[in-house]
Formats: sequence, C-alpha cells, structure tokens
Amino acid sequence: MIPVDYYIILSAILFTIGVLGVLVRRNALIIFMSIELMLNAANLAIVAFGSVFESFSGQIFVFFVIAVAAAEVAVGLALIVEIFRSKRSIDVDQVSSLKG
Amino acid sequence: MTQSDLTTILPVTILTVWACVLLLVDLLIPKTRKGITALLSALGLAVTLGYTLAQIGSEVTGFNGMVTLDGFSIFVNALLLVSGLLGVALAYGYIKRMGIERGEYYTLLLFSVVGMMLMAQATDLIVVFLALELLSIPLYVLAAFARDKTDSEEAGLKYFLLGAFSSGFLVYGIALIFGATHTTNIFAIVEFVSTSTGSLLLTIGAALLLIGFGFKVAVVPFHMWTPDVYQGAPTAVTAFMTSGAKIAGFAALLRVFATAFPSIAADMTNVFWVISAATMILGNVAAVAQTDIKRLLAYSSIAHAGYILMAFVPYGNETVVATSVAAGLFYLVAYVFTNFGAWGVVIALEKEAGKGLALDDYAGLAKKHPALAAAMTIFMLSLIGLPPTIGLIGKLYLFRAVIDAGFVWLAIIGVLTSVVSAFYYLRVVVIMYMKDGEPAAERETWLDTTTLVTALVTVVVSFIPQFLFAWASEAVLKLF
Repeated sequence: MIPVDYYIILSAILFTIGVLGVLVRRNALIIFMSIELMLNAANLAIVAFGSVFESFSGQIFVFFVIAVAAAEVAVGLALIVEIFRSKRSIDVDQVSSLKG
Repeated sequence: MTQSDLTTILPVTILTVWACVLLLVDLLIPKTRKGITALLSALGLAVTLGYTLAQIGSEVTGFNGMVTLDGFSIFVNALLLVSGLLGVALAYGYIKRMGIERGEYYTLLLFSVVGMMLMAQATDLIVVFLALELLSIPLYVLAAFARDKTDSEEAGLKYFLLGAFSSGFLVYGIALIFGATHTTNIFAIVEFVSTSTGSLLLTIGAALLLIGFGFKVAVVPFHMWTPDVYQGAPTAVTAFMTSGAKIAGFAALLRVFATAFPSIAADMTNVFWVISAATMILGNVAAVAQTDIKRLLAYSSIAHAGYILMAFVPYGNETVVATSVAAGLFYLVAYVFTNFGAWGVVIALEKEAGKGLALDDYAGLAKKHPALAAAMTIFMLSLIGLPPTIGLIGKLYLFRAVIDAGFVWLAIIGVLTSVVSAFYYLRVVVIMYMKDGEPAAERETWLDTTTLVTALVTVVVSFIPQFLFAWASEAVLKLF
C-alpha cells in the first residue's frame, strides 16, 4: 500500500499549484479552474486520511465538497458569462471600474 | 432523526422551509407588487426570531454533536435574524427605486440568513464549511443583483472569485485538521488535543482555517476585495453583507478557536494580535482619503473587524476569555445597529446610476432634512465611539477586557486609531451641518422606520448596556 505521506505531499503540491494559479493567471475562467484544483487537492487529502483512519466521515465530507463545488460552478459561470456579455472579455485586469 | 435533532435545527428548518415556499409563492405575485414578497419574508424572519427568543436558556445538541442550539448560538441567531429584518426593510424601497425589484432578492436573503444561523450552530467543521457556502453563494448573487450595472457585476465576480478562493483554504485547513486529529467534530478535536501534544499539521490546519475566515470577515491582509465589493454591490446588499457575513464569520471563528484550539493559543494569540492591530490601523488610515461614502463605510467596516478581533487575542487566557468574548459579542451588536442605520441614511440619499454617493452630496442635509442629519450624526458618533452611543460602551468593554488580559499596547492602538477615525467620521458631520447644498433625500416609510429604530437603539442601549452585556456573558459561559 502506498504510504499516506505520498498522498498528502501530492495534495499539497496540487494545492500550491492552485493558489499560484489564482494569484498569477488573469483569465477569470483559469482562476476559477485553479480554485477547483485547490478544492480537489483538499478532497484528495481528506480521502487519503479517511482511508488510513478507516473512517467514513472523510469520504462523506468529500461528497459534500463536490456538491458545494458544483453549486459554486453554477453561480460562478453565470457571473462570468454576464461579465463577458457586457465587457466582451473575462480578463480580470480589465474588470476594474471600481478603484480608490 | 430524534426529537433533540429536530429541536436543534428547528429555527433553521423553519426559515429554510419558509424560503423555499416563498420562492414558489413569489411566482404568483404580480411583478408590480413584489412588496408582498418582502412582507412575507420579513414575517418568516420574525416568526423564526420569536421562536429563537423563546428558546433562551435551552441547550440541545443534535445529529451526533454536529449542530447545537446553545446560549451562544441563540444570541447570535437572534442578532442575525434582526439584521435580516433590517436588511429587508432597507431593501424594500431601495430595489424598487433602482429598478431591480425581483422577488428572488428576498428569498436569497433568507437563504443567506439560514447559512449564517447554521454557522453559529455548527459544532462540526463539515457543517461549518456547508454553512459558510450556504451563506456565501446567495451573497455572490445578491452582490451582482443589479445585473445591468457594470459595478454590480464586477462586485459579484470579485466577491465570488475571492470567496471561492478563501473556501479553498478553509477546506484544505479542515483536511489537515482531520488528518491531525482523526475527526472533524469540535468536541472530539478538544478531546484529542487534550490527550496529545500539538502537531505541526494541526497548527498549519488552524492557520489555513484562519485565512478562510479572515477573508469572510475582511481582516488585513485578506481585505483587498472589501472596498470594491461593498462599493459595487447594491447599497441594500452591502448593508446586509457588512453586518450578516461579519457576525456569522466571527461566530464560527469564535466557536472553532475558543473551543477547539486552546492548546495552540500561544502561537495564535500573537497572530491575532498582529492581524487585529494591522486591521485597525489600515482600515482607519485608508478611510481618511475616501470621498465616496460607500467606500468610506467599507473601510470603516474593515476597521471595525479589527476591533472585534481584539476580543479574540486573549483567547488562551482562561480567566479573561469569557469577558473578552462577551465584549466582542456586545461590540458586534453595537456595530450591527449603528452600521445598518448609517447605510439607511446612505440609501436615503442615493440616486439612480450611482449618484448622490459623494461626501459633498451631504452638504446642507442638516437644513433640508434635520432628522436624517441628526440620525447620521448619532451613527457617526457611535462608529467613532463617542457618547451618548452604544459604540462607546462597546469599545469600553472591549478595551477593558484586553487590558485585563495584559495587552495594553493593543488597547492603545485601538484608542489611537479611534482618534484617527474621528477625523473622517466627523468630516461627514461637518459637511452636513456647515456646508450649503441642495441634497435630495428619498423619504420612504420603511427606510425612515429602520433609521429611527437603529438610532434609538444606538442611543438608548448606551444608557442601559448592563442587560445586554449580562446576556452576552451568559451566552458565552458554556462555550469554554
């Protein structure tokens, strides 16, 4: 069996890539994908811990996270489409009428 | 599901069912009479508030310790329901006037309140996460509710991206805490931590959790989204967001950190100290330069998050933690009423297309609408912390608790930043009373009522604060 450390290291790497993606990329969709990567990194860690502890609550939690992520996608994509309609761009640097 | 499960989540259930039914009933209400939806949603909030207040003194835990209805959650729920009611009252005339009146506004607001209430009741990190999302997702939509306005769209997108980003940190934090303690239940975490030495995984998990909550309650350095979102969102939404999301975020932060993590208090106290001081300083200093009232109040809300966070600094010190947390709750109440009142005045002066929001638009208000100017003066005094207002009492309790815990410098920073804040709050008062101008304010029954009620609470409670503080102290007693 693969030791749990490997899963956790992989999930930490995925999480870091997600965070960097949010901070570095300027396209709203890619930022959004990076956020999903962060959530899935957490899911991986939870499932790995859950299987080591032989506890079901970890697995159940992952289902909740997946469901919530789907709800976020529904709202987030609607917002992005709405922005694209009015600005013809989803570059977050151009979404900057609020400043001060 | 047992009897106690049902009693525990009954307040949340009432409001959820009410909101779902309202979503359907709203279809039958003609487009021109959406005021009925507003009244129905206010009725739902009032019924839940009545039920919640009737539960004072009871303490039940349900669903294998995942949710609880104790003194603390009853106190916070009552405050949340009151802010829901104030939010509906402010929105009633405003969204009609701005041409964004749709019945969904009120149902989304109800769903958001449900999430906030659940967050105060959660005793399991899974429920904390679900509740946080339940309160956030309707708020993302509400922030972008004026969808034909670029500002509102932009506020919605920014709030969404940073909100989702912060929940990523939160979930990863929960994952690490789960890995360190083998459980997500707060009581079980307490048990686990008390029998073992602290681990690195737990500390990192708690720090990530703090980042997640920090975004929600807008403390430095996780505040970047706040001014933009609060400025761009429709004003009635902003009023509700600044209060509701803050109460819920601090309630969960309190429950999780005060109950579950006293073992890492030594590390966390310093972190809270720095964040609280930085938030007070940055919020107040940045507000000085603002010329837009919405942005000014946005920075003011950041600054106030710093004051409230002061209550968390001594959380590892067993002798003072109860008083300091009670002071934090008291300050939240003070902030909620003052804040709603101030936003009520802003809404009264706002015109279509974002006009009427500059500070100069308040010139001459005292001559034309003396009552409105007087109310705004009360709110500004309360935000600074001057007598005769509840804001002063809140700050006194808070500073006293922090000094008792030995953090004198933090209290000094608090006082000094309050002095800085006097500059920009009083500038509003000076503009209203000393400058000449022709401000046009919208007078509308529900708006006036809200402003009047909040102004009365702000002044009257400052003379009889003991009962509220006693209630807050009793509410937090069982937490530790």
